[in-house]
Amino acid sequence: MTKAASNPKPETWDLKLYIAGYTPRAVKALENLKQLCEEHLHGVYSIEVVDLLRNPRLARGDQIVAVPTLVRKLPEPVRKIIGDLSNRERVLVGLDLRPR
Amino acid sequence: MTKPGRPARRTPNGRTGRAEGLKALAKCPTGIRGLDDVTEGGLPRGRPTLVSGGAGCGKTLMAMEFVVRGARDFGEPGVFMAFEETVAELTSNVASLGFDLPSLIRRKKLAVDYVRIERSEIEMTGEYDLEGLFVRLGAMIDEVHAKRVVLDTIESLFSSLPNEGILRAELRRLFRWLKDRGVTSVITAERGPEGQLTRYGLEEYVSDCVIVLDHRVNNQVATRRLQIVKYRGSSHGTNEYPTMIDEHGLSVLPITSLGLCHGVSDRRISTGIPRLDTMMTGKGYWQGSSILVSGTAGSGKTSVATALVDSVCKRGGRCLYFSFEESPDQIVRNMGSIGFHLGPYARSGRLQFHSVRPTLYGLESHLVTLHELVDRWHPDVVVMDPITGLTSIGEPGEVKAMLMRVVDFLKSRNVTTLVTSLTEGGSPIDKTETSVSSLMDTWILLHMVESAGERNRILYVLKSRGMAHSNQMREFMLTDRGIRLMDVSTGRGEVYTGSARAIQESRDKADAVAADQASRRRLGEITYEQLALEAQVRTLQSRLAGLKQDMAMAVKQERERGAAASHDTKGLARGRSADSDGAQEGNVT
Repeated sequence: MTKAASNPKPETWDLKLYIAGYTPRAVKALENLKQLCEEHLHGVYSIEVVDLLRNPRLARGDQIVAVPTLVRKLPEPVRKIIGDLSNRERVLVGLDLRPR
Repeated sequence: MTKPGRPARRTPNGRTGRAEGLKALAKCPTGIRGLDDVTEGGLPRGRPTLVSGGAGCGKTLMAMEFVVRGARDFGEPGVFMAFEETVAELTSNVASLGFDLPSLIRRKKLAVDYVRIERSEIEMTGEYDLEGLFVRLGAMIDEVHAKRVVLDTIESLFSSLPNEGILRAELRRLFRWLKDRGVTSVITAERGPEGQLTRYGLEEYVSDCVIVLDHRVNNQVATRRLQIVKYRGSSHGTNEYPTMIDEHGLSVLPITSLGLCHGVSDRRISTGIPRLDTMMTGKGYWQGSSILVSGTAGSGKTSVATALVDSVCKRGGRCLYFSFEESPDQIVRNMGSIGFHLGPYARSGRLQFHSVRPTLYGLESHLVTLHELVDRWHPDVVVMDPITGLTSIGEPGEVKAMLMRVVDFLKSRNVTTLVTSLTEGGSPIDKTETSVSSLMDTWILLHMVESAGERNRILYVLKSRGMAHSNQMREFMLTDRGIRLMDVSTGRGEVYTGSARAIQESRDKADAVAADQASRRRLGEITYEQLALEAQVRTLQSRLAGLKQDMAMAVKQERERGAAASHDTKGLARGRSADSDGAQEGNVT
């Protein structure tokens, strides 16, 4: 028990990537994200891609204004990262995988 | 070569036909009172309008009224995207204005969205765009088939999203996109420092129409104003217009745009003082005219005003009474003491009081209140008692301008206006504090004269446009049965009032009696003299008659004496055998 609690990684990581159509920027963001998750969160993450062009109403729930936006739903608290995720250091900080 | 296009075609009324050929800028009415007059029809249709102002200026309210009135009154559904207040907050904020947002949202006439971005939970990791916002906005526009869009206040994105360069480019794209979608939009923005229109220079992108709201404090009194700084492709009023926010929302007063073109009435209304009616060719004031009653303290200005109110209410008319010094109850009680019983009229609703201290709010607000009440209630007469107090909240010039607006506005509604003005003791009596007399059609002056240890009131009509009014001064008396006007005594070339008048009157009476006696005495004397002369004439005539008799007698005696003498001579001659002429002798007998 104490071992599990001290380890930050065994939880599931629930990630949502909001995009508006598969634009070059969106594709780039998705690639960056996948690569990063494989390296740091192997086996404990799930990525859901939400295309706002198909489901515009979903933008409201997570207060999406800018795209691409990556939302870390789990673990809490919710984090939002905007941009094409090309700045890997900033993404890691944003996901709390690296201390600020 | 012919030039068919030149010269410019002329319309029948002589103006060039340029506007006919080109399609004039379409306008989108806001439904906000006054704003559509100032903008000559509304905001530019299909284009964005920037509404800028400091905190608490009413930007959100104006934007909300724009969409709600559009959805409710003009059949144009709207989208309201809020960046600062939640939907629940907005709903409760405008509920007091009678705007039922939930119902409009249910009926798909309105879509409201709250966009919230927490700077703290955002990490920027590369390039982005605002497509998310576009999508949300687009979805709402499609959902309600919106014709109107509000973004309130989109500038807050600048503080919550990084990379200003991207944001600027995206906002530019957003406004372009709104234009392409053909929606009329209102974008609110906070006023920037040092007189800039917006904090982040949004006016650079939204430049078809710019409206600035202002809220400033002058002499501790706050006034709201609205100005249209820019309106591409349309003429518009350029002044700063007084604005007010009340339980009906925002109102703008386009009063200075009024021309002097109001119709006039041929009807007259009684002043409520019979003798004053008489002084004004027997009929009283013109209906729809403006009347100034000025006078020193305690000269009876309110009483003259009340007389009119009483007379109008008695005939079933309606009066609106702005009192800047007394409470309604106080007026009712005080006027009851001189025989004007206003209580029943006030209770039945024919008379409405509006008693506030002038300093309660700014001039504009007074003006707007007056507009509101007149528009809603349609009174026949409006009384403002006194206007003098207004000078404490504005410069004389402003007060005059405001009164001009009031007078023009009320004239355009054919409402009779009576204002009272206090004249400072010692200043010329025909000077009014706010020098409004030139605006007025009728000017009644009241003043006090001191004589024989009394102060008495004098009333006269100094001017009255459009009637041959009396030039007489009248003594003005407040009795328990109303106002009485008395002739002033003008004996010996001076005006007398009060006891002096009474004294003068009795003196006049004594003089008259004396004069009467004198003349009667004189008549007696003449008669006596005449009689005496007649008697003299008679005496002389009888003397004359006597003389004539004596004369006749004397002639006769002389003749007899002559005959006797001749006889004696003949006898003597005969006796002396005288040889005188025998023929002569024979003729003598």
